[in-house]
Amino acid sequence: MSDYRVLPGPEHFLPPAAASMGIRLPNPGEAHINGVITSEDQAYEEAARQFLMAKVPTIFPGPLVLWAWNEKAAKKATAIRHLFNTLKECVQPSQKPMLIPMPDYRPKYPKINPEVEINPNHPNLTIWHNKIDCCIFIGVHCHQANLSLKIIRGGTSCYTIAMCAQAGHEDAMLSFRDASVDKIMRLADTVKRLKGTVQPRLSAKNGASN
Amino acid sequence: MAETKSVIGTKNKKGQTYTDTWKMMNEAPRTPSFFTGSEVIKEALRRASCDVMIAYPITPQSEAAALIGELFAEGYIGDYFRGESEFAVMSQCAGSAFGGARVFTTTAGPGTMRAMENFPMWAGSRLPIQMIVTCRGINSPLSIQPDTLEIAYLLNTGMLVWHAETAQDFFDWILKGYMVSEEPDVHLPLALCCDGFFVTHTKDVVNLTPADMCLPPYDPYRSPVPCMDMECPPVRMMRDPFVMKSNYISYATHASWQQEIWAAVERSRKHSIHWLNGLIDTENTDADVVIVASGTAVSQGREAIRLLEDEGVRCGLVKVKTLRPWPEEEIREATKNAKHIFVPEFNVTGWLAKEIRATIPNPHRVHAGPHVCGGMTMPPEIIVSEIKTALGMKTFSLAGRGS
Repeated sequence: MSDYRVLPGPEHFLPPAAASMGIRLPNPGEAHINGVITSEDQAYEEAARQFLMAKVPTIFPGPLVLWAWNEKAAKKATAIRHLFNTLKECVQPSQKPMLIPMPDYRPKYPKINPEVEINPNHPNLTIWHNKIDCCIFIGVHCHQANLSLKIIRGGTSCYTIAMCAQAGHEDAMLSFRDASVDKIMRLADTVKRLKGTVQPRLSAKNGASN
Repeated sequence: MAETKSVIGTKNKKGQTYTDTWKMMNEAPRTPSFFTGSEVIKEALRRASCDVMIAYPITPQSEAAALIGELFAEGYIGDYFRGESEFAVMSQCAGSAFGGARVFTTTAGPGTMRAMENFPMWAGSRLPIQMIVTCRGINSPLSIQPDTLEIAYLLNTGMLVWHAETAQDFFDWILKGYMVSEEPDVHLPLALCCDGFFVTHTKDVVNLTPADMCLPPYDPYRSPVPCMDMECPPVRMMRDPFVMKSNYISYATHASWQQEIWAAVERSRKHSIHWLNGLIDTENTDADVVIVASGTAVSQGREAIRLLEDEGVRCGLVKVKTLRPWPEEEIREATKNAKHIFVPEFNVTGWLAKEIRATIPNPHRVHAGPHVCGGMTMPPEIIVSEIKTALGMKTFSLAGRGS
């Protein structure tokens, strides 16, 4: 196994792709935390803890769930809304959960409006602008997700989580694979279960650092 | 992702049954058939559920391309046409793949070089096109004979590059190749290479899977990039490239995009190991002398080992199946006991020996040779001669052979 660990940045002027550093994707039924293969159970706990510790825990849904192009996408979108509502219920007043969409991948620079969306080619603008210190990608095409996650790791200190419908993402600090409605709901349940057991960071680094 | 209903067990319009690929390749009965390599390519395509094949004549792949035209006439290929040139063919392959088709093409030698600009574009666009490269000479003076120099040019395109030894490898790897390159975490083009004529124009016994079984069709909705959309990257990049924006983040985005291609090559490793039963094959790697080769040089090395055994020299063999992903750890492990490593190659530059030297400790152990090129054959005796000379054994010159 590689000694390299996928940790919150800012890592480097141009960080390497984690796969090139020997980080391998989990097999079905597994997840990874910081590039180390773990059970999914551990990943739910850690993801929920990270959300509950963050000052600005943020969900970034992508086109695969934002556009109701089939029944499964619509159900996932509903589950994500449930996850967001759960998060809002479980955090303390000092925390500010956000739901920021990634509706398409068209290059928008310099006109990206980080108030309303995240652009996969310039994700750090949204992270910096909103001081996001923990985020989850759901429903983003794999290549765009890898691209964004690596840029975020390179230039910000944001903790990244990816819930991938396919094989997962090495460039996130924590990644699930084979995402489904059930898995999104299970993450929401875990957040609810851990409510009050995790204290938010007081003077934590936030995503604005570079 | 898309709501996908399994088509396994259902029939296509030709009456073939879409079959689980693992079962088809590993459990289905095989029929021994006496075919040329070109005919084997056709038979693999018959079972590949291929949507589009685009052809352009260049020796020695022309025969395979023409035979696949027969498959189109028989209704096994969705669409088939001739491009205006190799550059056009590869561009048209890209268009077809952007549109969500499973695409196949064949090329060779100067045609590969003429189309070269397209290959990093395919990889950058994450298009899982399969291209057969029936290697031949590319340099002046003109040669149509086998020469693997063109593989060296493909190694840094971001494509997967596999090097088949036999027609049997070719049959199996064409079908398995789609399974690797279409994985969402890979989704890269595959250059499946062989040594032209030695494989394409030689008859051999090849064990074929049943003709009434075929691969499940390609599902473009598993792509890591959106299906064709002129407004979204990677397509938008072509008329609105990041490089046109002079700022750090645009450059970083472009850089990250390139890194992601090579990350995908790395991810193909576990899938290639699964389908090819390892990235290398080995024999007797505890020996002091080991031959490491790819393509038909493996066959010549195997015969040289038999000749050396007759003279009391024990020699191991490493067959390199995938050049990208490069089996770095496997080669390091397989050569750890070797005092002498010989790398016979059908090219003038010795690209495989260079890759191996860059991979292993104590690279002075690597003897880059013997080399032949320009279409010369490589008699096993010259490998034997090279090894015996290095070991300080008496050997005879083969220089007068054929005169």
